[in-house]
Amino acid sequence: MAGKTLYDKLWDAHLVKEREDGSSIIYIDRQLLHEVTSPQAFEGLRLAGRQPWRLDANLATPDHNVQTTDRTGGVASIADKVSRIQVSTLDDNCDDFGVLEFKMNDPRQGIVHVVGPEQGATLPGMTVVCGDSHTSTHGAFGALAHGIGTSEVEHVLATQTLIQKKMKNMLVRVNGTVKQGITGKDIVLAIIGKMGTAGGTGCAIEFGGEAIQALSMEGRMTVCNMAIEAGARAGMIAVDQTTIDYVKGRPFAPKAEQWNAAVDNWSDLHSDADAIFDSVIEIDGAAILPQVTWGTSPEMVLPVNGILPDPADETDAVKKEGIERALAYMDLKSGMSIKDIQIDSVFIGSCTNSRIEDLRAAAQVVKGKAIAARISQALIVPGSGLIKLQAEKEGLDKIFTDAGFEWREPGCSMCLAMNADKLEQGKHCAATSNRNFESRQGFGGRTHLVSPAMAAAAALAGHFVDIRDVELTKIDQA
Amino acid sequence: MRKFNELTGIVTPIDRANIDTDMIIPKQFLKSIKRTGFGQNLFDELRYLDEGEADQSCEGRPLNTDFELNQARYAGSNILISRQNFGCGSSREHAPWALEDYGFRCVIASSFADIFFNNCFKNGLLPIVLSEDTIEQLFQEVFANEGYQLEIDLAAQTVTTPSKQSFSFEVDKFRKHCLLNGLDEIGVTLEDADAIETYEEKRRAQAPWLFDAIPAVQKPSV
Ligand code: SF4
Repeated sequence: MAGKTLYDKLWDAHLVKEREDGSSIIYIDRQLLHEVTSPQAFEGLRLAGRQPWRLDANLATPDHNVQTTDRTGGVASIADKVSRIQVSTLDDNCDDFGVLEFKMNDPRQGIVHVVGPEQGATLPGMTVVCGDSHTSTHGAFGALAHGIGTSEVEHVLATQTLIQKKMKNMLVRVNGTVKQGITGKDIVLAIIGKMGTAGGTGCAIEFGGEAIQALSMEGRMTVCNMAIEAGARAGMIAVDQTTIDYVKGRPFAPKAEQWNAAVDNWSDLHSDADAIFDSVIEIDGAAILPQVTWGTSPEMVLPVNGILPDPADETDAVKKEGIERALAYMDLKSGMSIKDIQIDSVFIGSCTNSRIEDLRAAAQVVKGKAIAARISQALIVPGSGLIKLQAEKEGLDKIFTDAGFEWREPGCSMCLAMNADKLEQGKHCAATSNRNFESRQGFGGRTHLVSPAMAAAAALAGHFVDIRDVELTKIDQA
Repeated sequence: MRKFNELTGIVTPIDRANIDTDMIIPKQFLKSIKRTGFGQNLFDELRYLDEGEADQSCEGRPLNTDFELNQARYAGSNILISRQNFGCGSSREHAPWALEDYGFRCVIASSFADIFFNNCFKNGLLPIVLSEDTIEQLFQEVFANEGYQLEIDLAAQTVTTPSKQSFSFEVDKFRKHCLLNGLDEIGVTLEDADAIETYEEKRRAQAPWLFDAIPAVQKPSV
């Protein structure tokens, strides 16, 4: 019998029952909740007179609607009424049902996908769900993690399970060693550029190969975060010493005598050598250059030395029209070089790239320098309150504000502009987030997805530059 | 979910095809954080003469008295009858929520949009498909007779008119079972509660660190 993939193992370990209609009941170890997709789920429980199956499986925090400016006034100080109601409803629901929530002014508050791992609420071998598509992030821990809809949020609250059909197994192997300056973000953008945004449809993607193994946990989370942008609901990476070292000592991680048993248990969380995947994609890590998206879909991506495509060269009619439309929306011309794209705005944040390593990488570029005169908006939005505190301890906030950036409170912010942080119409933004769809960051805004260091370098130059040509200043870590 | 077995009630006729979800519940009401309370905004644009806003009281709003929901003869109705392609448009579950919240338990039409049709069952509403001819006959009878009532028997899968003429309808076996027993998807899964508990015990023994690590908060005493 052939060996099992990591996904097979996680699936089998959580299978409660196969039903006659071909669907399966899958046990859910952890559910993360935020204010946007949970209110009707709690309301549904209430209407049906149900209680959560297991309170200790849930953790909540508001992130999409919170302001990133002064919040000493608490929830009452959220200016937009709908946002305010969503956040206070989450507070009320968590209080009512007894779900632990890191409220807006708790230092542990932040973007759910940053908070879960940071707290050790995401652990290897778990099934993790959240009413948010970027839940794939947690797969970096050798977990089966994916986003769900509101009625499924209610289903998990009430039954601790989901009704699922098994996905296909896909392996994306990034071989070799990446060049200096290449990050998880560049790797995953290069993967999406190759696979396309539908390439992973119906699959659970396992990312493997030396270049993935060499990544820190932060880098791995960035890669899994964007699995959804490759069309897959779940992305995952095998557990190794890097995973275990990251988890150790976190607040909700196993302690004392349980720790060794847990580490033992996790040692099997990798695909067997003879496991069979439905499809395999091989990528040469050494060939990956710093990546920049130029269009309105994450697959419209090029290396920093690239030249914008000419729709006339495209034979597929749908793709041709896509390129024409994207160039028009972005107000860019084919034949133009990526480095000549002028930048008006910079956003360093989001569940893709707002962790301490990301902020350090940007600070190394920025230290002692100033943003270009043409930059009208430059935001640094840490992924959680604890990351913000750590960065301040290391003096990163000072480096950023000295250079002309704004140092903000944690949340989703200008990743999707549900709060007051919006990209202005027509402006080009170098963003470390995960989606460059039309108007994603604000009506008529033009987003270019890049790594934190690339965003920082673009802020200084006012246009994209190759991070490998930029001089970095060492920063002491506290 | 409420059990659905037999239902007798006043019928409201909405005599047009392609009733879409935006007519059923206009988009400005989707910002709500609730799944109840949409009844007052059901068919908002057809029902009121002014433009409705979320979180606004509907008391005192000018009514379109031509619209059936505003006519005394249909007061207290729980069965809606309409024409083909009912519920087309978006996948918003707010549409069945609004119909259910208003008091409808059953919608009869000659065809339904797929997602809306599925969403009805999730929310205790019975969508019934009858032929165009039958629908036409029912419309004529409803218009001609004030206080016109239909009798729905889900177990027998019949719709019966006051003159005791019966029409049978199709319904998926599993969905019928769920409606008859008041089971929603969660209810169906909970029929396997034993299997979930057995699994959970095993998991707790294998990986105790996955349990009780996150403390439940003390509920404030009410
Ligand atoms: S940071 Fe952006 S992508 Fe991530 S959860 Fe928030 S809105 Fe979604």
